[in-house]
This record gives sequence, C-alpha cells and structure tokens, in this order.
Amino acid sequence: MSLADISANLLYIAFIAYLIASFVFGGAVKGNKEGSFASEKRWGNVAFTITIIGFIANLGYFFTRWAAAGHPPLSNMFEFTTAFGMTLVGGFIILYSLYRTPVLGMFVLPIALLIIAYASMFPRELSPLIPALQTNWLAIHVSTVVIAEGILAISAGAGLIYLLKVVDQTKKSKQRFWLESLMYSLVLVLGFVIISSFFTLTNYEADFTYVDQDGRDSSITYEMPPIFGMNEYVALTEEAMTPLVSTPAVVHAGKLTTVTWSVLIGTILYWLIRLVSRRRISQIFQPMLKNVNLQLMDEINYRAIIIGFPLFTLGGLIFAMIWAQIAWSRFWGWDPKEVWALITFLFYAAYLHLRLGKGWQGEKSAWLAVIGFAIIMFNLIVVNLIIAGLHSYA
Amino acid sequence: MEKMQCQCGHENPPGTILCESCGRSLTEKEQNSKLVDMRYEGTARRSQTYNKSIIDKIWNFFSSVKVGVSIIVVLLVASAIGTILPQHMYVPATGEAAIRDYYADVYGVVGQIYHFLGFHDLYSSFWFIILVGMLAISLIIASLDRFVPLHRSLKNQRVLRHYSFMNKQRIFAEGEGAEDSFQKAESKLKELKYKVSTDKNGLLAEKGRFSRWGPYVNHIGLIIFLFGVMLRMMPGFYVDETLWIREGETRSIPDAPGYYLESESFALETYTGEEEEARFGDAIERVGSVVKNYQTDVVLYQSQEGSLPGSADEKEVLTEYPIRVNQPLKFDGYALYQMDYKLNELKSMTFVLTNKASQEASEEFTIDLINPADFYELEDGSTVELLGYYPDFDGFENGEPRTATPLPNNPGFLVEMVTPETPEGETSFIIIQETIEPFGENQYELKFQSAETRHVSGLTVRKDRTLPILGLGGLIFMIGVAQGMYFNHRRFWIQQKADGTFILAGHTNKNWYGLKKDLDEVSSFASLPAYTDQQEEIEKQEKKEGDEVK
Repeated sequence: MSLADISANLLYIAFIAYLIASFVFGGAVKGNKEGSFASEKRWGNVAFTITIIGFIANLGYFFTRWAAAGHPPLSNMFEFTTAFGMTLVGGFIILYSLYRTPVLGMFVLPIALLIIAYASMFPRELSPLIPALQTNWLAIHVSTVVIAEGILAISAGAGLIYLLKVVDQTKKSKQRFWLESLMYSLVLVLGFVIISSFFTLTNYEADFTYVDQDGRDSSITYEMPPIFGMNEYVALTEEAMTPLVSTPAVVHAGKLTTVTWSVLIGTILYWLIRLVSRRRISQIFQPMLKNVNLQLMDEINYRAIIIGFPLFTLGGLIFAMIWAQIAWSRFWGWDPKEVWALITFLFYAAYLHLRLGKGWQGEKSAWLAVIGFAIIMFNLIVVNLIIAGLHSYA
Repeated sequence: MEKMQCQCGHENPPGTILCESCGRSLTEKEQNSKLVDMRYEGTARRSQTYNKSIIDKIWNFFSSVKVGVSIIVVLLVASAIGTILPQHMYVPATGEAAIRDYYADVYGVVGQIYHFLGFHDLYSSFWFIILVGMLAISLIIASLDRFVPLHRSLKNQRVLRHYSFMNKQRIFAEGEGAEDSFQKAESKLKELKYKVSTDKNGLLAEKGRFSRWGPYVNHIGLIIFLFGVMLRMMPGFYVDETLWIREGETRSIPDAPGYYLESESFALETYTGEEEEARFGDAIERVGSVVKNYQTDVVLYQSQEGSLPGSADEKEVLTEYPIRVNQPLKFDGYALYQMDYKLNELKSMTFVLTNKASQEASEEFTIDLINPADFYELEDGSTVELLGYYPDFDGFENGEPRTATPLPNNPGFLVEMVTPETPEGETSFIIIQETIEPFGENQYELKFQSAETRHVSGLTVRKDRTLPILGLGGLIFMIGVAQGMYFNHRRFWIQQKADGTFILAGHTNKNWYGLKKDLDEVSSFASLPAYTDQQEEIEKQEKKEGDEVK
C-alpha cells in the first residue's frame, strides 16, 4: 500500500469514528431523560474517546498525505475543506476538555462529517503546486486560517444549540423561520453529497463544447445530467440528456446544474424528514436540549470567538498580506477571497463590540455566531466556486 | 458646567458618576441602583457630559459604539458588493470606454448598472475612502473618550473607599474575621502576585491592570496601519511599475534611477508527471498541464557614480539572480517580481532577394524587428532600403499602412529594392505570407526564409516604504488584542472596621470565575467573612419574581 493509500484509509477511519461518536454523543444526551447526569457523563466520555481516536486517524491522514505529496495538503478544495473538518473537530476537543458538554459533540461532529463528505466530492488525487504556492507560507498561512475557522465554527455550534433551545417553535416568528432555514441549508449540503456520490458511483459523464464569456472556445465535462446547457453548447457525448435550458455566457451552466440537483435532492430529503417526523427539523432536536445550560453555551460561543478571532486575524489577514507581498508583489489587491477575509474580520470585530460594548449576550450573540459561520462557509464555497479570483484553485 | 463636590470633600470633574476619591455615587440614578456601574470606573467621559456645541456633537457621534459598529457594518456590506462582479483591474479590458463596454457586453443590464454606480472601482471610490476615514476618526475619538478618564482614575486610586462603594460591588462580604486576618490576607494576595497597597485600616490588591489598556492598544495598531496605507499616496513612498524585458535585452529599471536590468533568459517549466512527479500523474492528466516554474535569469547593473545617465558602458554588475514567483530580486528597497510573460515574440526575420523569373536568389540578410537597419547592401551590389516599418500591422489608413502597437506581432515592411537590372528601384510591401506591389508588377521580390523568436518577461518593479509601518501597526494590534482578551484586571478592597469586623469587595473586568477562585483561596487562608455574588443574587431574585408572576 502506498503512502497515499494509507492516507486515504486513515481518513475513512476518522470519518467512521466521527460517525459513531456522533451517535454516542446523541445517546449520552438523550439517555439523560430524568436528568441523571451520571450516564451523560459516562457515555459522553466514551464518545469523546472515540472522537479522539478519530482525530488521531485524521491527523494521520494529514501527515501521511503531506509526506506523500511532499507539500502540506492545504492546496486545493478537497484538501482545504477536509482540513477544515479536522480543525472543527480539533476545536471541539479543546472546548470539550474545558466544559465537558456532550451536546456540543452531538451537533459539531455531524457538521464536521458533512464538511468532510462535501470535501470528498472534489478531485482527491495528489496535485502538484503551481509556482505561487511553492513556499512555506502555504503551510503557515493556510493552517492558521483553517485552525481559526475550525474554532470559530465551534462558536456557531454553541450558538445553534442555544437557538434550538430558546426559539419558540409553537409561534410563527422570524427567528423560527431563519432557524429552520439554517437546518434546511444543512440538508441541502447533504443533498449535494448524496447526488454527487450517486453520479460518481454510476460514472456519469457528458462532454460539451461551448463559447465562454470572452468568446473563446472551451470544453466542459458534466458529472451530473445537464439541466442547464452552457452558452452555444455542442454535445459530444451522444447518449447524454439534452439540456433543458440554455444559459447566456455569463452564467456557468455546469455549476448551476450541480446547484440545482443539490437543491432538488436536498429539498425532497427535507420534506421527507418533515413528513415522517411530522415536525420542523429544529423541533426534532428541542426535546434533547432540555438539560442544556444556556449560560454555558453562551460562554462557549464567546470563548471560541476570543480564541478564533485573533488567530484568524493573524492567519487570514497578517500572514496573508505578508505572503501576498512576496508572491504577488502587493500585500492587498481586493481579490474576492481577500475581501471576504476582511469581511469576516469586520464581522467578528462588530460581534465583539456589540457584546462587550452593548451587552449583546445570549440569543443575539448566538445569532451573530451563526451568521459568522455562514460568512466563513460563503467564503469557502461561493467565493471559491462561483466568484472567480486568484484563490480559485479548485 | 460646575465641578461636582462629593460629601467627602473631593472635587470631581463635571459628569463624574462615582467620586474619584471615596467612590460614593454622585448621580441619583447610581445612588438608586443596587450595583455600581464599574465599566469606566464611574469617571466623567466627555461624550456623556457635554452636548452643546457642534464640536460636542461631532465628538459624541464618533465616540459612540453604536456609530462605530454601524460604520463597520456599512464597510462590510460595501466590500461584499464589490465582489459580486470582478473589479475593473481584473477584467481583460483597458481604457475607460473599453471597460464600460466589457461590463455591458458580458454582464448585460446588471453589468451596466454595476458600472454606472461605480461599483467596478468600488474600493478606490470617494465614498469608500470616506467611510474608512470615518472608521479611523471613530477609532481615535472613541478611544480617547474612554482612555483618558479611565487612565486618570486608575492612576489615582485610593485604598480606602466609602462603604456605599464597597457594598455595591458585585462581590461583597461583611462580618467577623480572625485577629490576624488582615495581615494574612495581605501576604496571601502578595503570594498570588497581586500588587498590594495599604492605608490605615484598608488594603487594595490589584492584578493585571495593563489588560484594561488592551482595546486602546489594538486601536492604536489599527490607526498606525491606516496611517501607513495613507502614506503610500505620498510621492517617494511607493513605486509600482511594469517592466517588459526581452531575452538578451538590457533596460533601465523604471523609477529606479541608475539601475539597469539584463534578461539572460526566461523559462516556463511544466510538470512532466514522470519519475519524481509520477505521484501527480492523475492530476496532471485531468487538467492537462500544470506550470511548475516561471523564471527570468537576470543581471542587475548599477551605473558608476558620476557617469552620465544612459551611457552604456559605465555599468557595474551588482548581482545575478533567477527571479521566480515567490522569490523576487531585492535591492536598495526595491523588489522585482516575476508577474507575466510572453512566449516566442518575433526577434528578427531573414529574407533573400529573388529574381522572380530565374528564381535566382541573393545571400540571406536579416532584419532586426526591434531596431531595424534602414539599408541592406548585398554582395552583387543590390540594395534593399526599408522605407517604412510597421511592427504590428493592422490595415491601411488613408492608403498608409498602420501599426496597432510598437510590438513586433505582425511586422510589415515597405521596401525599395535596387538591383543592377532594376536601377530605378522597385517598391514592395511585405507582411507575413503576403507581398503587395503597389506600383505594378515587380521583377524582384523578398522571399522570407526564417524567423528568430525569444521570450519576454513581464516584471513588476515595486518599492513600498510603508511596509515597516504597516507591520508595526499589525504587531501592535495583535499585542493589544491579546492583552485585552487573555488577561483581566482583578481588584480587592478590604477594610477592618473599628469594631474588628471586615468589609471586602472584589471587581474584575471579566472572568468572574477566576476572581472567585482567587478570593476563595484568600478567604480560607485568612478566615475572612464569606462573600456573595450580588449579581447572581439579583438574577435569582428576578427569576423567582418572574416565576411567581407566571
């Protein structure tokens, strides 16, 4: 077995360990019906041990892949997103050892699983570094950012738990709507993972040529049946389905097709869950959160941000600027990724001022933490895949 | 406004909430509250005190947290809008009209509106810069408004505080102690690294005061950073030029007087996917090819002192260096970056002069496409004169050939050929794969034989003397953030009353858990009376009342 294979297997092990640990954490929380914290503690510790084993395998994946590729595995969409899943678990481990809260694991681990699964939908082979990435700053800048984002995501996890507990599900309200939208968007990611695994396993491929927005001839391979066709497309694969709609050059129909499939499957899945359980997803979790200490969740939310914010500033702005000065001759160029790092910084700065200066704690803080996570995910997914820029390596 | 006189006799500046000397509450609101507001030590902040003149109003506007956060949010939203479509520097069009057309052509109506609103150049727009300026003003004013009184108050702290100050602290204790409680508490607090000062029957123990300056330190860092960014607009601080240099050429470096650069060669390498790189085989196959290296091998020269600018021979070699991405050549505050390239630019073209009828050809001669000679003399006495040279021919204008750029992309030559057979000369216009004979059929023609090409490197010349200032700003910001976030300011006041009983109060700006842990240790060692967390008591009380109402 080559080093690269060992690395891939270690990632599977980590994935499965996280999966098991999610259920055990869930059991620990759920088994605690009469408020018997003894069983919560015992099962919590079992789940935590499984998480640690998974995390060690995950680190094993990271360093064996590093050895196999000869450079830190942080250079494309698969590698970065997988690392994000890993640091999310790392952040959880830190905060769990401080506060011993199984409920956090019950929410954070499934999110980490979703992120790792999402990452695996991108090309996974070892890829060589383009000249701009051939420097130690790759390891320094990207690892700091990914650790910071993992920790910031924990704050959103605590915020989410807080909201699931306090938002009144019996009355129609803005809060109830947005919280459910949040759950819905998580299901959409699951929809993407399902549909993209399905078409990958069935080896679906359809080739087209098209004319891009600058008038050049290009070609594209669809990995899902084309709902939308590229500008002036010509099908090269005969048995492929004919696109239902043709789009103008400025719209990337291939990406739009992927998004549409994911939304379609995700929405079906969402309504299935609702029909079977006969409630909103946020309602399903509410009974499990009876024993959650809200003050503690608020504390974790804040604590994660005061660790994550300075780290993010260091990695996402300061190290980023130093490297940009070396590689691109200017420390700042208003590239979309740079701008969204600045937006993330400004957002968390606003959070801290509102919390420390205006007394925004509890529910308000929880909403802000969740929005912060949304900004991070936007920067990871939308800015990389849709808004083209210097950072679009995937 | 008048000074505020406290019962203890101390004169406080107008607007003070808690007497600077004894800590008594001076305002009615504060007197009626269960706990004192310790945020800024009850000092008089200018923004909370004056609101008459226009200066007061401006000051109050910028010192408000609400306004500061609003500016941050507006900046955040504006920045996001600027990423919806690419900024003008990232679109493949130059010139104002071409850029406008590009947005309209590629993005349709949305693009037109985006361009019309100026969002294509959002980050250097007037209003965006004003917003950043407002943020800077807010940083300065909001910091001064809080820092000055806070500093004054913490510097002049008294050990003995009034009872009403002590019992309105969140942590408070009152009752019997042991005989040696006072001395024991003092020694224990010192052991816990508190700075202890005593006055008569009281003591003040304090730790981590510097953490109170954290927010102001990080704001100073940001202001220094923004100042550095502003400095770049000053002449001499900032150079940003492009230098296109061909293999074999020596050029003076723009905006770097006295320095010359020679390009020896440019190379573009791609990954082969073989041997060492076999592990990348799949990825290379998927995307086609991946670039491994862009490199310009250069020699840097400096003209000798005293020599005239441009005199070619008086140059001293400073260094030879391979410029690569991530490895700029640095000298004298400048840096040269590998940024762009053009492969296989035409360097020269070789022709023969041929008699069309006999197909008899002269020997070859070569025209340099950058600095072509005007006159070419051949062995048999024939001559070729270059009447006109059009390096990037793109058609005729009023019957005259025209060149689009000075680069030899599509060279056109207007030549007069004189041979012993045609002494009056024949005129011909030659472009690649085509010969035009404007004055009728010629007997002779120039036949293209071969061409030489070479690569061109696009280098960026950069000098940025603001970098150390920006670095300093960033460093100070990080120090300030750590200082304010990871440390806290803890204080205890202890007094032994005449009857031997004790009163004790504690305060911290954050992390009450840590403060209580310290106090537990001191209390048990020195047998001080048990304390209560009055905030928690109040919350419990409120909750109970709330439940009863339900």
